Amino acid sequence: MGNTMGIIFSNIHDSDIPELTQSRTLGSIPFCGRYRLVDFALSNMVNSDITKVGVITKSNYQSLMDHIGSGKDWDLARRHGGLRILPPFGVQENTSLYNTRLEALKNIIGFIEKSNEQYVVMTDCDLVCNMDYDKIVRQHIRRNADVTMVYACVDANETASSNSMVLKLDGDERVTDISFNPRVQGKANLFANVFILKRNLLYNLVKDAISHNKHHFAADIIARNVESLRIYGHKHAGYFAKITSLQSYYDKSMELLSRDKMNEVFMNNNVYTKVRDSAPTKYGEHAAVKNSLIADGCAIEGEVENSILFRGVKVARGAVVKNSILMQDTIIGDKAYINCIITDKNVVVTDGRHLSGCETNPFYIRKNSKL
Amino acid sequence: MYKKKECVAMLLAGGQGSRLFALTTRIAKPAVTFGGKYRIIDFPLSNCINSGIDTVGVLTQYQPLVLNEYISNGQPWDLDRSFGGVHILSPYQAKGRSDWYKGTANAIYQNLYFIKTYDPDYVLILSGDHIYKMDYSIMLDFHKESGADCTIAAIRVPWKETSRFGIINTAEGGRITGFEEKPKEAKSDLASMGIYIFNSKKLYAYLESDDRDKDSSNDFGKNILPKMLAAGENMYAYTFEGYWKDVGTVDSLFEANMDLLGETPTLDLSDASWRIHSRNPIAPPHYTGKNARIKNSIVSLGCDIDGTVENSVLSSNVIVEKGAVVKNSIIMSGAVIKAGAEINYSIVDENAVICEGAKVGAPRKKGVKIAVVGRGYLVESGAVIGGGEILDNSEK
Repeated sequence: MGNTMGIIFSNIHDSDIPELTQSRTLGSIPFCGRYRLVDFALSNMVNSDITKVGVITKSNYQSLMDHIGSGKDWDLARRHGGLRILPPFGVQENTSLYNTRLEALKNIIGFIEKSNEQYVVMTDCDLVCNMDYDKIVRQHIRRNADVTMVYACVDANETASSNSMVLKLDGDERVTDISFNPRVQGKANLFANVFILKRNLLYNLVKDAISHNKHHFAADIIARNVESLRIYGHKHAGYFAKITSLQSYYDKSMELLSRDKMNEVFMNNNVYTKVRDSAPTKYGEHAAVKNSLIADGCAIEGEVENSILFRGVKVARGAVVKNSILMQDTIIGDKAYINCIITDKNVVVTDGRHLSGCETNPFYIRKNSKL
Repeated sequence: MYKKKECVAMLLAGGQGSRLFALTTRIAKPAVTFGGKYRIIDFPLSNCINSGIDTVGVLTQYQPLVLNEYISNGQPWDLDRSFGGVHILSPYQAKGRSDWYKGTANAIYQNLYFIKTYDPDYVLILSGDHIYKMDYSIMLDFHKESGADCTIAAIRVPWKETSRFGIINTAEGGRITGFEEKPKEAKSDLASMGIYIFNSKKLYAYLESDDRDKDSSNDFGKNILPKMLAAGENMYAYTFEGYWKDVGTVDSLFEANMDLLGETPTLDLSDASWRIHSRNPIAPPHYTGKNARIKNSIVSLGCDIDGTVENSVLSSNVIVEKGAVVKNSIIMSGAVIKAGAEINYSIVDENAVICEGAKVGAPRKKGVKIAVVGRGYLVESGAVIGGGEILDNSEK
């Protein structure tokens, strides 16, 4: 697969989850105990033997830089290729930050031009799934496609988010129509925001769009050309979660408390992440933990049920944690009770506090808060 | 180009560790798992980097494959350096000589060329079978201030146990006046920790003369140190206070693991100012099922626990199925404890499988010995393995 490179958009859906992206990119949202959302995209690239990956950033990307560093935890610290962070590039006539995928691509046109791989895989950071890009690129080549768009067949209610695109396909899986946020019923082919195309086609499309003052990659370039370009769909089989809001972040996290789903995502595939060198988790004499995912470095003395605990979380004796997601270094005090809560990093819930959201409206607590 | 290191560490990791029985059939003692996610060698390596020593030679001889793979380029310990870093030193063929390492001193002697590459002022000798957190830079300062030619780290041990250790007799200020190897009646309670700092030139001289001495067994404790003392060299004992344990036996390895448990553990690894670094497994958070009951235990990444776990230490990717019970035990990575199996007071090595309903070990009490299930061993359904039994299917 040395002829394919990857491009990851780390910021593109930030506004969907304003709570969690207040001080970070979508890609650096913590997920499932020890990961960040970007880990899935990066790991899929690496597992598909893509060893040159550009990560496009826009704003608030300190946490992302801190997380991916040189890329060595993904084996992407390479002499040739490897990881390239692509921060905004200010030029005189265009000093404002980009807002769309196309503007982001304009910004890295030099990176695209100077690469020598034949194919490009572009993905966002809102997916939790194992995706074999190698297989998709092979199919792309076999079909002599110009563009391949990966989609998943999901329930109509999963298409409700503001950035959803739904594909209409013919019997050969060729895309005949692309609609934006349509009202659909039953099942729908939800676009996963993963594009595969030739690098020089991408370069030409972006160049052409610049000269015609277009703004949107999917709407102005792809959707308008379903007839002139050979655009194919590729159906993603297997576990698929698209994080589109705080609610879906909560739901999709909780979904992984099922052993089967957990094993599918993490045991059939290596998902790499930054190593923190925490000690293993310690359970105390009075701990009672059920149906939960617990990362390293936690100290649990209390009761935990149906919850996800990130690295370094402390649950004091007598505390009760239910249906909650506790991010890195959260501390739950003595006899505190929390239910359906998402705590961001370094939150302290002091002794005896009772806090409860509900499954359909989890309560989010900001980073570094003390309650 | 200026090329020099003040202090080079040499880590003796070649021992077989025969008192660990099945646990070291396939791997060298320093590669034995400890505390869930660590291997014993993580401790001296982390101590080195945390003490500012970035050049470490690891001397391997017995079953080095797992150890070599584990250490690799040293990246987890920040020991991947363009000058210095960690180096695996195995015996090699040289012009006119091709020997295995004959003793601890001979192992260092055969690698003098490696040490001299860095032109160090001091050489730190470490062994790969101790669990402890120690700042070697403080010991080095002590060494410099006392004007010693050789400093030996020592720890106070209970008087009734002095007969198990190499005892150091000292005068005021820590100056060493004599050694006693496992004395019946000790004159001091200061035991050698097997950690030495030498002025490099002295070390070279003594190693070279030791090599010419055909009667020598080429051992630091038996030959080099007594010779230096007899010759009137300046030798000092540096008294270390803190946790230190030789984990060379099944019992001591077990005890050291248990020292991690409890509300105020004797050995605390969660101290962020002195992290023990290790090569981390690629594994998700551990999963506790609906029937899990975990108490006073350590559980690592990737485990899937649906049974009962008490007073135990579990390494990564261990599976404990529903109805299985693990008590007072150490379960190493990838082991599977199937439904209804019971493990008591045992050490179960990597990738062993304990089938349905099998019973391994006896409840921990006085007189009962630790059962050991070797790497990859399959204990069949319904089998009963008594306390103290050692199962090993990979003796070749």
